[in-house]
Amino acid sequence: MNVIDLLEKEQLRTDLPDFRPGDGVRVHIKVIEGERERIQVFEGTVIRRSGGGLKETFTVRKISQGIGVERTLPIHSPRIEKIEVVRHGRVRRARLYYLRDRVGKAARVTERHKN
Amino acid sequence: MGKGLLGKKLGMTQVFNDKGEVVPVTVIQAGPCVVIQKKTEETDGYSAIQIGYSDQSERRTNKPMRGHFAKAGVSPKKVVREVRTSDVGNYEVGQVLKVDIFAAGDVVDVVGTSKGKGFAGVIKRHHFNRGPMSHGSMYHRRTGSLGATDPARVFKGRKMPGRMGGETVTAAGLEVVKVDTDRNVILIKGAVPGPRGGHVFVKSSVKAKAR
Repeated sequence: MNVIDLLEKEQLRTDLPDFRPGDGVRVHIKVIEGERERIQVFEGTVIRRSGGGLKETFTVRKISQGIGVERTLPIHSPRIEKIEVVRHGRVRRARLYYLRDRVGKAARVTERHKN
Repeated sequence: MGKGLLGKKLGMTQVFNDKGEVVPVTVIQAGPCVVIQKKTEETDGYSAIQIGYSDQSERRTNKPMRGHFAKAGVSPKKVVREVRTSDVGNYEVGQVLKVDIFAAGDVVDVVGTSKGKGFAGVIKRHHFNRGPMSHGSMYHRRTGSLGATDPARVFKGRKMPGRMGGETVTAAGLEVVKVDTDRNVILIKGAVPGPRGGHVFVKSSVKAKAR
């Protein structure tokens, strides 16, 4: 194994749950304000996972006060305290960009039940 | 007091710093380097140490260099380079230098040979602007005027198409992000000249000293 792979592997996080596009997640993000550090929770739907290895990122979309808000974070970022999977969604594509054009009831993702 | 190490560029990746931010880094396999010769003010007119990196077979080494390595009592090296330093007394011939001479937070310059680009036009080579691509234009990526008609010649130094890349380039003022002594690897913020596997020279920054 080459040195770069090893360096990347050292930084990978194994404590995070599996989640897919369409899943509802609650992301606990560490926010540093001056010297204080606090946890901010961002809850929404995963609309994409992009890249691989250490460079993998994911995007969570939520509607906040009627305005769509998306946050993209590196999955292996130490800034992420934890990720909770709230619900599993059933979707038919990997990138849920169509949610951006929908509002209200139409912007929902149907739940996936594990059999 | 200058410090320097020879090494090989392994490639680029990214790491998270203590703030949790992503930092792009170049991974360089630096050292172990061996001191081959000490140059002093009295004998050479300047003070420096000569270091070598990466073993080379005896057969591939020419006779004068073989003698030079034998004098120092070290095995032949592929790359040999001088590091200008005022404290030559702190080094011994045959001493092995490792990545631990650098620490995270140091500012360094990295010297490498840039990737060859072949015969390049004037837009790629000298950042000229191109002409319009449409509306009847037939003047796309041409060189343009070479000067006035009056001198009846082209002045020296005119920027023209030609061979590009493959020259010695120094990336100055880069920050050392991490030093991994187990793997002899040094992580430097940002890009460094040359292809993966290319030889590079990492030395303490010239400009950062003045700061």
